[in-house]
Amino acid sequence: MIQVQNLTHRYGDRVALSNVSFEVKKGEIFGLLGPNGGGKSTLFRILSTMMAPTEGHAVIAGHDVEREPGAVRREVGVVFQTQSLDKALTVEENLRAQGHLHGLSGAVLRERMSRAMERLGLMDRRKDIVETLSGGLRRRVEIAKALLHRPKVLLMDEASSGLDPAARSDLSRHLESLREHEGATILLTTHILDEADRCDRLALLHQGNIVAQGSSSELRARIGGDVVILETADSQSLAAKIEQRFGLHPVARDGEVRVEMPNGHRFIAEVVEAFPGAVESVSLHKPTLEDVFIRETGAALE
Amino acid sequence: MSSFFLPAATLWQREMLRFWRQKSRVMTVVASPLIFWLLIGYGSGDVARYYSGTLVLTVMFSAIFSTISIIEDRREGFLLSMLVSPAPRTSLVLGKILGAATLGWIQGLMLLVFAPLAGVNIGPVQVLWVAAAMFLISFALTGLGFAIAWKMDSTAAFHGIMMLLLVPMWMVSGALFPMATAHGWVKAIMWINPMTYSVSLLNYTLGLPNAVPGPMESLAITAAFGLALLLASGMLAAQKSTS
Repeated sequence: MIQVQNLTHRYGDRVALSNVSFEVKKGEIFGLLGPNGGGKSTLFRILSTMMAPTEGHAVIAGHDVEREPGAVRREVGVVFQTQSLDKALTVEENLRAQGHLHGLSGAVLRERMSRAMERLGLMDRRKDIVETLSGGLRRRVEIAKALLHRPKVLLMDEASSGLDPAARSDLSRHLESLREHEGATILLTTHILDEADRCDRLALLHQGNIVAQGSSSELRARIGGDVVILETADSQSLAAKIEQRFGLHPVARDGEVRVEMPNGHRFIAEVVEAFPGAVESVSLHKPTLEDVFIRETGAALE
Repeated sequence: MSSFFLPAATLWQREMLRFWRQKSRVMTVVASPLIFWLLIGYGSGDVARYYSGTLVLTVMFSAIFSTISIIEDRREGFLLSMLVSPAPRTSLVLGKILGAATLGWIQGLMLLVFAPLAGVNIGPVQVLWVAAAMFLISFALTGLGFAIAWKMDSTAAFHGIMMLLLVPMWMVSGALFPMATAHGWVKAIMWINPMTYSVSLLNYTLGLPNAVPGPMESLAITAAFGLALLLASGMLAAQKSTS
C-alpha cells in the first residue's frame, strides 16, 4: 500500500533523510520509531504531500506523492502532530467543513459523519465547541476528521502526542478496530515505546537512516536473551574488563555498562564477584525496543 | 464544479462562524479607527475630511486580523488539513479571501452609522454604491494581506510589515491629507499607492470632496489591484514546497 524507495531529503546542506526505503502492506499498522529530529517529521511531510523530496520516490495506493499529489490526497487521511481543528467550531462543524474539502455533501456526508463519530465515540460530543474538549477527545476528533473520506491509508504524526496513558491505550484500541472493520492501512510515527510495541511492524529511524526494520518481537529477538545494566563510577574501565574476562561486547554509557547475553542472572553473580566494589547497582530485563535502538545506534531514544 | 465551489463556500462560512463567536474582535477592529477619527476630526475641526480614511483603516485592520491568522493556521490549525485535502488551492484562496473580505466589509458598514457626524446623509441607492465600493476595497486589502502572510513564518514579521508598509501606505492614501495639496516626492508616492484610489473611491460614493484621482480611475485601479492580488495569492498558494 505504501512503497518508499531511496528517499533522501536535504534542507540546504543538512541531510534530514538519507536513502530511506521501506514498504507497508495493506491492513498493516506500521510504526516509524525514533527520537525527535531523527527524520520522522520530514518523512511524514513528504508522505502527506506537504513537501517534495530531494531524491527518491514514495508511492501510496499506486500514486507517486510528488507527481500525483491530488490522487494521493484522495486516498490518504492525515492526522497531524499539531492540532488541525478549528477550535472556535463544534465537532460537527469541523467534520462538515472537512467533508466539504473532499467534495462530500448532503446525505452522504451526514452518514459519513455519524459513522465516524460513532466509531470514535464522539456522538454525545457532536455539538461541543472543540475548545472545550480534552486533549484525548480532540485527538479522536482529528482521527474522525481524517477518516471521513474513507481513505485507504491513515498517516498519523506522533499519534498519541500529549495524551495520558489511559487516552493512549484508548486510542490504540480505536486504531485496532479501524484496521479490523475498515481494513485501513495505518502508518504512524512515534517516540513512545509501548505505542511502537503495538505496531505490526516497525522501522527504527535515526539521523535520517533506517537502522532496523521488522516486527517488535523480531527486533527484540536480535538481542540474545537478557539485557543487564551495571551502574558504575567508571563505565569505560568496567566495560573493558568485562570484555576481557567474559568475551562479551558491553556498551559503556554515561555511568552505566550495558551487556546483552543469555542467562543474565548467572552473569550478574559472576560479574559482581569478579570485580568487587566496581558495581554500584545491577538490573536485568528482557530486551525492549529501546535496547534495540541503543544497540543499533549507541544513542538513547529520548 | 462542486469540488471547486464547495471548499470555497465552506471556508467562507467558517470565517462567518468564527467571527460570530468572537464578537469581541469587532470591538478592536471598529473601535480604534472610530476613536482615531473622532480625535483627529474634532481636534482639527474637520470631521468629514477624515471619514473615508477611517473606513479604509477599519477595513485594513480587519484584513490584517484575518490574514495574520493564516500564519498560525498553517502550522497548527485548520489550514493544515486544507493543504492535504484534494480541494484545489485556488478554491481555498478564493474562499479565505472572500470570507475575510466579507468580515472587513461588515465592519466597515457598521461605521456607516456614524456618517451623519461627517455631514453625510446617505440615501438608499447611494448606500448600495458605498457598500459595493467598500467590498471591493476590503477584497483588495485582504488579498494584499494574504499575499504577504502566505510565505511568512512568524506573526512578528507580519507585524513588522504592517508597521513599515501598511500603516504608512494608509497615511499617504489621502486619508490624512488630500493628494491635491501634497508636496514633492510624497505626492509621487501617493500616485502609485493603490490605497489612494480606495480612499478617493469612497469619497466619490459618499459625496465628499475629492479632486484627484478621478472617479473612474479610482474604481478601475481598486478593482485591478484586488484582482492582481487574488491572482498573486493563488499562484503563491499553488507553489510546491520543499521545506
